[in-house]
Amino acid sequence: MSPTDAPVLQVRGLSKSFGSNQVLRGIDLDVPRGKVVALIGPSGSGKTTILRSLNGLETPDAGTVTVGARGATGVGAPGNGGDTGTVPQLPALTLDFGAKASPREVAALRDRSAMVFQHYNLFPHMTVLQNIIEGPVRVQRRPRAEAVAEAEGLLGRVGLLEKKDAHPFELSGGQQQRVGIVRALALKPQLLLFDEPTSALDPELVDDVLLVIKELAEEGWTMVIVTHELAFARQTADEVVFMDGGVVVERGPASQVLRNPREQRTQAFVRRLLHEI
Amino acid sequence: MDLFWSSLGPMVLGAVQGTIPLAVASFAIGLVLALLVAMLRISRNRIANGVGRFYVSVIRGTPLLVQLFVIFYGLPAVGVKLDPWPSAIIAFSLNVGGYAAEVIRAAILSVPQGQWEAGHMIGMSRGQTLLRIILPQAARVSVPPLSNTFISLVKDTSMASLILVTEMFRVAQQVAAFSQEFMLLYLEAALIYWVICLILSTAQTQLEKRLDRYVAH
Repeated sequence: MSPTDAPVLQVRGLSKSFGSNQVLRGIDLDVPRGKVVALIGPSGSGKTTILRSLNGLETPDAGTVTVGARGATGVGAPGNGGDTGTVPQLPALTLDFGAKASPREVAALRDRSAMVFQHYNLFPHMTVLQNIIEGPVRVQRRPRAEAVAEAEGLLGRVGLLEKKDAHPFELSGGQQQRVGIVRALALKPQLLLFDEPTSALDPELVDDVLLVIKELAEEGWTMVIVTHELAFARQTADEVVFMDGGVVVERGPASQVLRNPREQRTQAFVRRLLHEI
Repeated sequence: MDLFWSSLGPMVLGAVQGTIPLAVASFAIGLVLALLVAMLRISRNRIANGVGRFYVSVIRGTPLLVQLFVIFYGLPAVGVKLDPWPSAIIAFSLNVGGYAAEVIRAAILSVPQGQWEAGHMIGMSRGQTLLRIILPQAARVSVPPLSNTFISLVKDTSMASLILVTEMFRVAQQVAAFSQEFMLLYLEAALIYWVICLILSTAQTQLEKRLDRYVAH
């Protein structure tokens, strides 16, 4: 296997219960470098729980998560930390949740992944720029000037440079979510996680955000996206994973799963969602 | 009326040298204490939580005057003899700590869970998230109730006169006893307390405006 198609993310046997409610029943997931995987399924199917587990916001009861090493080669390549500045080398990391992951291991997982939240969760007391550089400067201890320059570059790319000194409440939902995306990118993660990034947005603001995500996919970022936007998933995702009741019901290339689903449950879900829209 | 003006100097001096420093020092120490107790109260550790809960319960469940007397008149019985000033500062700080702890705890809990998650997402520890993300937002919520605590404290310092601290009200009592003009002197004391509290209310309004600048209206 050449280094380019070694999986960035490998999930095995992920299980999680909330009380008597088993939300994940042994999930396996592979995301190759530079690929986009869309998780779809009815609410309560466990897809958001998977995503949150990949950022250590949820602690599964069992299963392993492996994030591949990031070497010096390919520094500067998209998906390897963006196109500016330096990225730290990172060894491969495996977390075994069955054996109780330590806070240090969870921190290491967070070093490698960054998340975009459904409700943006920007820091309201900070400006747009402060929101973005908080992680790079305070946590990653990178020089402030470098972090600011990168943040401004990223803001320019999503068309929000002139908003850098605004506070989140002065922005529309779509603008806030684009800042949320930039905040995640600024951390130079190996893996970008999107938790229903457009479902809190007014319909007319959805496209701006989806366009940004699509561009990131084309640049080669490795991403896992939980979404209800099937058209977007079909255009952007390399693989679509359909979940229901805590298990993967069907997975495959986006066009196949969304156009010609094999499983009855997938067919029903896709039909229902397309009819709603 | 002459007595009003001639007593005003010593009483304002009593406020400047007694009431105000006593209130400020006790409030500052009390806030630090309150933050620590609030941390105990939101901790998942059962024992820490219980300690915090017990402290708040004792402070809120007993009169401030009794607390003052226990520390100044009571402790010497067990060999701890404190001067009036330290006694007053300890009593008032402990009292503020108990009340403000609940304010700070509630303010911390009022910050949405998503803010903790965003802090963790960018790699911050629990402590870092608390300091950089949660407390600045909690501060905004807690200014009005903490201002109440502070204003109450300013007035409560008059009780320190009962453990021989020379603050404004003690000056008023001394002049009143000497001149027998009780009504005049006590109304004068009331007026000075009121002016101090008016100034504090104005400061509170300004502070709220400052902290509100990043919130939509």
